[in-house]
Amino acid sequence: MPTTDELKHRIERSIPGARAEVVDLNGGGDHFRATVVAPEFAGLSRIEQHRRVYAVFESDIGGPIHALSLVTRAEA
Amino acid sequence: MSTPEQQISAAINEAIAGNEVLLFMKGTPDAPRCGFSARTVAALEALGTPFAAVDILPDPRIRQELSAISNWPTIPQLFVRGELVGGCDIVTEMYETGELAELLGVEPPAEAPGHAPVAAEPGAPPLTIENKLS
Repeated sequence: MPTTDELKHRIERSIPGARAEVVDLNGGGDHFRATVVAPEFAGLSRIEQHRRVYAVFESDIGGPIHALSLVTRAEA
Repeated sequence: MSTPEQQISAAINEAIAGNEVLLFMKGTPDAPRCGFSARTVAALEALGTPFAAVDILPDPRIRQELSAISNWPTIPQLFVRGELVGGCDIVTEMYETGELAELLGVEPPAEAPGHAPVAAEPGAPPLTIENKLS
């Protein structure tokens, strides 16, 4: 079962300079919310920013990670 | 002879091209089967904009083909004029900032923005993809 720390570290490892805060929405280890701030999001649309984060997890989304709610922005 | 996957994919593309505002969701606007879908329906209904909806649950291949077309892994997915706008998070955020009303060409909600609506009211009957299979 994925943990909030695991998700946080995967995001921060995969997206240079990213800082992520991850919460488990229902305590069940499958519905998460991540707030991700990364310099490379500058100039990207929301869709593109979210795609970038989803790409970190590939097919885990919809698998072990049932839902990942996202808030993304470029600036700190 | 096209495969069922190709038929579903063609039906999805046809639905996206043929509906100005189209929501792919779990369940129907009247009976959403997932909180994220329900919240997205509520945002659209709060703006009073007509929209078409496709329930992706009847056949797992609908979701599979949709995600291949849209390059977006989760449900719901809102399309406006053929373009993916986003899922529940983006639609909710755009509702709250007034960007969704602007995109849809409607008046922003009367009450102050900042609260996404929660209630789901009856909407248009859902489109069906699964019965387009021959």
